[in-house]
Amino acid sequence: MKWFISHDTIRSPFLKTLEKDCGEKVSRCYQCGKCSAGCPISFQMDYLPNQIIRMVQLGMEEQVLSSKTIWLCASCLTCTVRCPREIDIAEIMDYLRRRAYKKHMIPLDETEIPLFNKIFLRNIELFGRLYEMGLIAMFNLLSGEFFKDFSLAPKMFLKQKIGIFPQGIRNLKELRKIFRKSGKLGRARRDNLLHPKLIFLNLSRKFISKIERLK
Amino acid sequence: MKYAYFPGCSLHSTAKEYDLSTKEVANALGIELIEIPDWVCCGATPAHITMHLLSLALPVKNLLLAKKMDSYEVVTCCAACFNRLKIANKFMETDLEHREKVNAILGEQYKGEVNVRHFLDVLVNVFGLKNLSEMVTKKLTGLKVACYYGCLLVRPPEATKLDDLEEPHLMDDLMKTIGIEPIQWPYKTECCGASFSLTKTDIVLKLSGEILQMAYDEGAEALVVACPLCQSNLDLRQGMINKKYNKNFHIPIFYFTQLVGLALGIEPKKLGFQKHIVNPMPLLKEKEAAIF
Repeated sequence: MKWFISHDTIRSPFLKTLEKDCGEKVSRCYQCGKCSAGCPISFQMDYLPNQIIRMVQLGMEEQVLSSKTIWLCASCLTCTVRCPREIDIAEIMDYLRRRAYKKHMIPLDETEIPLFNKIFLRNIELFGRLYEMGLIAMFNLLSGEFFKDFSLAPKMFLKQKIGIFPQGIRNLKELRKIFRKSGKLGRARRDNLLHPKLIFLNLSRKFISKIERLK
Repeated sequence: MKYAYFPGCSLHSTAKEYDLSTKEVANALGIELIEIPDWVCCGATPAHITMHLLSLALPVKNLLLAKKMDSYEVVTCCAACFNRLKIANKFMETDLEHREKVNAILGEQYKGEVNVRHFLDVLVNVFGLKNLSEMVTKKLTGLKVACYYGCLLVRPPEATKLDDLEEPHLMDDLMKTIGIEPIQWPYKTECCGASFSLTKTDIVLKLSGEILQMAYDEGAEALVVACPLCQSNLDLRQGMINKKYNKNFHIPIFYFTQLVGLALGIEPKKLGFQKHIVNPMPLLKEKEAAIF
């Protein structure tokens, strides 16, 4: 990894706004690497967690927000509890994801996770409680993997582990108000979470690769 | 003992047996669980990744509903719900700025006065292991299990305040009380990849496969869990793990409530063993743990 880091990058307000917004002292990190050593998903990441923290310290906002790493963090909090400098790394990953949403900087390779989040939240907004059938069907449809986990379905139905219909609750109106208000206050509207263009691009990419495989 | 009960979405669908066995055990021990009327989803991981305020407002909404029942203690079984409720509670207690915002969203006043407990905590620390051991009618001797806590039950410690971070022992103590032998193993708090079950199934298969392998190598005959997501990844996807990594695992994944229920002499049918994908009955029959 070699980058030329300009004067503007180092002087950018990225580190300061991050420290102010999530209250974590990222500048305290001395790169011991304990977070990366314990991370269960590190084998899939393009940058290790400690590298992300270093990049934040250097103000490299663009590289950080377009990395795969921030989307692959499973929020298991192993890094957070082991950090000798008491930095909540998982919270920083959350913050970076929220920032990437706002700036529409989601890498095309990692659209699945933002897509899942969007469908999940929409699902709750509509039904109050998670309606698994709807979630899986919608996710498979929009991610282009129509028959994913299809083989599990008969077992799930036979054992009555998944409901065919959503469970209803009475205070749905109130719930939708909570969604609307927290989106407004936090300046993060759920509608803006993932651009439809990205969903479409991802879908068409999957189709093309499927057709090529058929050939 | 009377508690407001927050089951969470999983316990009403993919983890019905957890819900069934919890209610049976609570009933047998005289713990009263009253389900919070019209509870809503806690938002789980997707909420705190995308909308910070929503991830606090949804759990607090449930805590307010519990408060209206005149109950100042909420019990939940799902480790993920427990984690979210605890974190929201901590924010409402200590962070004035967030408290104000969340109260404005909900239009009600809340300062973190409802206490949140996991059912494991209630069994071990409130009901007490000594009282429990007096009620055990059937010791499940000879069964070797690995207690798997997962990531969210004990972390973050300042919010959950439940058990040791790297070497938790609540479930091991509980198992010893009912005569089961918990093995020592290093993967107690490893992550199974929970939230990626649908999106990044490959990661889940690898992580869950490693957990099963470690438990198998250390001589466990079954795993005991306290989280519906861990259970579904290890149980439901065990067939896929076997296929992908060319293994031949047949390791039943129990909820701790199911084994406690057996020890209290509750019929296996009522505890939902028939709902498991990896059939646990041959193992239980072999150990003669259940009456047939």
